[in-house]
Amino acid sequence: MEYLLIFITAIFVNNVVFSQFLGICPFLGVSKKVETAAGMGAAVAFVLTIATIVTYLIQKYVLDANGLGYLQTITFILVIAALVQMVEIVLKKVSPALYQALGVFLPLITTNCCILGVAILVIQKDYDLLTGVVYAFSTAIGFALALIIFAGIREQLSLMPVPKGMKGMAIALVTAGLLAMAFMGFSGVDGGLSYLFGLK
Amino acid sequence: MNNIKVLMNGIIKENPTFVLLLGMCPTLGTTSSALNGMSMGLATMFVLICSNLVISLIKNLIPDMVRIPSFIVVIASFVTLLQMLMQAYLPDIYATLGLFIPLIVVNCIILGRAEAFAAKNGPVASIFDGIGMGLGFTIALTLLGAVREILGTGKIFGLTIMPEEYGMLVFVLAPGAFIVLGYLIAIVNKLRNN
Repeated sequence: MEYLLIFITAIFVNNVVFSQFLGICPFLGVSKKVETAAGMGAAVAFVLTIATIVTYLIQKYVLDANGLGYLQTITFILVIAALVQMVEIVLKKVSPALYQALGVFLPLITTNCCILGVAILVIQKDYDLLTGVVYAFSTAIGFALALIIFAGIREQLSLMPVPKGMKGMAIALVTAGLLAMAFMGFSGVDGGLSYLFGLK
Repeated sequence: MNNIKVLMNGIIKENPTFVLLLGMCPTLGTTSSALNGMSMGLATMFVLICSNLVISLIKNLIPDMVRIPSFIVVIASFVTLLQMLMQAYLPDIYATLGLFIPLIVVNCIILGRAEAFAAKNGPVASIFDGIGMGLGFTIALTLLGAVREILGTGKIFGLTIMPEEYGMLVFVLAPGAFIVLGYLIAIVNKLRNN
């Protein structure tokens, strides 16, 4: 039940894009078509889950064990960059179909701040490994959901008459603002659910 | 003369936030007030100037193959330095900005300037580019923070301008960040086209 609560909270209540402001660049950059948005969402889910496991283990068994906590930022970003490269190579060999679908998005992921952000958050929140993985995966699902909804709206929006100055990024940001407002409707759901599940 | 041009380029012509649309996460995430926006801008500027300087000095020592990873290590070192300095001397601001300080590492502005400017120019020009881009980013974040603070709470830098009851709380919350930035970009587009 605890994991279900984390899952729902991370997707709807504390959505990574709309309430934590992580991963905005790909959110605005690759959201012109629903298909590419879904591809990017899947790639992020894949990398984020693996990256969280790896960074968690490195933090616990390498950095903390040797008192090197201050190297966290440098280590994590290098690990994530290396990991993305490795995932790309392995995927190309093992599953060419999946590589075809996710390949173009993989290089973009290194600079997606939601990967580094979530890796650091898992450590800050003092989760254990399983909770951390559930949290990372749900966050990624939340990201994918936000991206796909937004892409769907932008596809429609591109057919609409928009005032000249508002074209492009301006109207997209206002749309994102309205979406964020809609997602605010979920706030409080986590409290109700934890009451319902008897966790409080 | 040329350096002044480089400086102004970052502030107006290629403003990282309003024109290049880079570094959107801290732009939206830390601008709930003018002061927070300005702190984030200055923190980013510090890393940008230092990394630009160091990269322009060592650019000939780095083999082309490992260019990007080396840049990232340089940037990450300065971010770690900044984290330690802020924890020691500005713990309040560090607590408010929170996660967004380590995330300066993945701010596209910094890696972008390293690649596009510092790797091709001398140290002095690179410092000016860092100052220009950093100021452009700081101004944009302060402006965004100020607009959100006035509309949301009726204050600017903590000084009351209109009674707080008239504030629209939504502008301090997440949706306000997106909407205000959207309209600011629309205004900048309009001004640029004239």
